Amino acid sequence: MNFKITDQTINEQEVLELARSENCGGLSVFVGTVRNQTKGKKVVRLEFEAYETMALKKMQEIAEQAKERWNTDKIAIYHRVGVLGIGETAVVIAVSTPHRKESFEACEFLIDTLKQVVPIWKKEVYEDGEIWVAAHP
Amino acid sequence: MLFGIARDIIGGSALTLEMEEKTTVDSLMAHLQQTYPDFERLASLMIAVNSDYAKGDRVLQENDEIALIPPVSGG
Repeated sequence: MNFKITDQTINEQEVLELARSENCGGLSVFVGTVRNQTKGKKVVRLEFEAYETMALKKMQEIAEQAKERWNTDKIAIYHRVGVLGIGETAVVIAVSTPHRKESFEACEFLIDTLKQVVPIWKKEVYEDGEIWVAAHP
Repeated sequence: MLFGIARDIIGGSALTLEMEEKTTVDSLMAHLQQTYPDFERLASLMIAVNSDYAKGDRVLQENDEIALIPPVSGG
């Protein structure tokens, strides 16, 4: 299991290789990238920040849950912090399992759960303002 | 420790409070919501103690690392 919070550009291949396993026939990778608009509003950039010690701990916990549920072999999660431009990679999740179905399911679980429990915050900056995503109902 | 919109609401990256002995997570939360009414407008607000989400009845200790966790939005 490999987890990282980084302010440097994420090399997707590096994350993928961390999850590669000879015991496995499936390796799923999710790459989250910065979209150029939200609800029709043009996004200029994103700013991510993390409570790093807790974020790494929560990544470990959700990876353990995935292992329990889908018998995953290797899991790697890298999340970017700092200022990101349009199209840049914000998060990469790679997970290997003996068969492909489990790798898709585990990968989806990991990104969905990461978005719910891992203490990382995203600010969307528009041409005429900015918001902390999901802060208000 | 303060992050995201919680830092904007309080206006700094840390907050120092004099707390009574046996202060719980719930009483800290009540104090914060009273002092900073903007917290009540958030979709959620959690308190983490030593890098874990804390339950309301947890009693805070002197060396605990306490963080306010506004709605997370990673990914």
